[in-house]
Amino acid sequence: MYDKTVRRRRAVLLLLVACSLILLTAYFGESGGGALHGVQRGTSAVLSPVQEGASRALKPVRDLFGWFGDTLAAKGQVKELRAERDRLRTEALRREALERDNKRLSDMLELNGALGLEAMAPRTGRVIFQSPTVWYATIRVDKGSDDGVRVGHPVINEEALIGRVTQVFGGSAQVTLITDTTMKVPARAGPRGIFGVVEPASAGNPNDLIMRFAPPGARLSPGDRVLTRGTEPEDRRRSLYPPGLPIGRITHIVNEGTDTQEIHLRPFANMRSLDFVQILTRPRGGGE
Amino acid sequence: MIALTPQLLARLAALGIGGVIVQTAAVSQLPIAGANADLSPLLVMAVGLLCGSLAGACFGFGVGLFVDVVSLQTLGVSSLVLLGVGYGAGRIREARDPEGSLVPLAVGALATFAFAVGFAVMQFLLGVDAPVSWALVRQTLATLIVNTLLAIPLYALVRRSLQATLPEDPRRRRRRAYTTGGLSPLSRGVDLR
Repeated sequence: MYDKTVRRRRAVLLLLVACSLILLTAYFGESGGGALHGVQRGTSAVLSPVQEGASRALKPVRDLFGWFGDTLAAKGQVKELRAERDRLRTEALRREALERDNKRLSDMLELNGALGLEAMAPRTGRVIFQSPTVWYATIRVDKGSDDGVRVGHPVINEEALIGRVTQVFGGSAQVTLITDTTMKVPARAGPRGIFGVVEPASAGNPNDLIMRFAPPGARLSPGDRVLTRGTEPEDRRRSLYPPGLPIGRITHIVNEGTDTQEIHLRPFANMRSLDFVQILTRPRGGGE
Repeated sequence: MIALTPQLLARLAALGIGGVIVQTAAVSQLPIAGANADLSPLLVMAVGLLCGSLAGACFGFGVGLFVDVVSLQTLGVSSLVLLGVGYGAGRIREARDPEGSLVPLAVGALATFAFAVGFAVMQFLLGVDAPVSWALVRQTLATLIVNTLLAIPLYALVRRSLQATLPEDPRRRRRRAYTTGGLSPLSRGVDLR
């Protein structure tokens, strides 16, 4: 009886391991339009409304946690105002959330005006999902192909470029952030507009990007701004990232002036706090 | 070994789906000390500890697959790692039958660590060529600490949600056996004849 139980347990374990390895191999080997990717996209499309609902339903919980963080930071003041805080807690939570949303949306409109993004038909979306693992820097927003969103469209928030659309469903889209290890953004830096390509410096670090392929003689210094270049580095075709979108600011340069120089920059956008984003659905300003 | 009845399976499915949706819709967006809690290894650990290695492995595989599908990650990575976590937690229960109230805390920390390391190894095997940063190590450690703190309440929650469908709690079984004399040291090994 014991032997039978052990045998059964091991058989199931082996079966599950084999299933996982088969799935992994098949998924890794097939193209983006393969059957497993299709199943994944289909399931995601079905689950998107559920996730969106859950995200909205759980927003007060998130706000509550955020509120606790703020409270801890301002412990001294909270002591004096504790009685009043209890009375106003519910109202303050709601108002704070609305004000934060309003500020971000206003900032987005300001950025649109400053950079002339209106012609690129920006669509404002709410972040409904963020990848739970640091190995994938992705988010999901509640705007999809029904809103004119397509794969490749650049995505910004109220501060800067944050990524581009990599998967689209009917009512939602997956955005891969510029801090993901698969991302490369043609960029120019400093007052002289030195060309280069921005990519993550290392996996799992949302605050450190690196600009490669800048010429060794480029006179760049910490504090210089890095913007999107607007053309592809290989053939000067127009890039899907429109020119002039802010990316980040140079923090330090390793091996400056040599062939192996590494220009590190910190992105303007806080990738850990994304509530609203804008998808530029006509990145070339025309009929994209 | 606990039999997987339809009621238990239904509850496990609801627990897995609900847990992953809460994880992706809320917990992933709540940075605590620069990291996010990851409920999936804790859920799998709790089910393994409560239901045994077979149920733990199946639940881990299912939760991992659902995480991969929902997150649009490479299919099979999380399921492979989490089935190992569930099986391991189940084997701890079957081989040791631990009783201490801090067991979920220790096993939760172990499960989170195993998941983080297993996931990282899989990523490297699949060809991620970016260097590992200190930020990633720091975030992994922070997640480990946050998960360790969450392990006991989450275990209690899972036990509460599965209790009605579990045949018997090992602790209750042992307590009953002691009170009825079945396992009492006084009634074993002493031949008075």
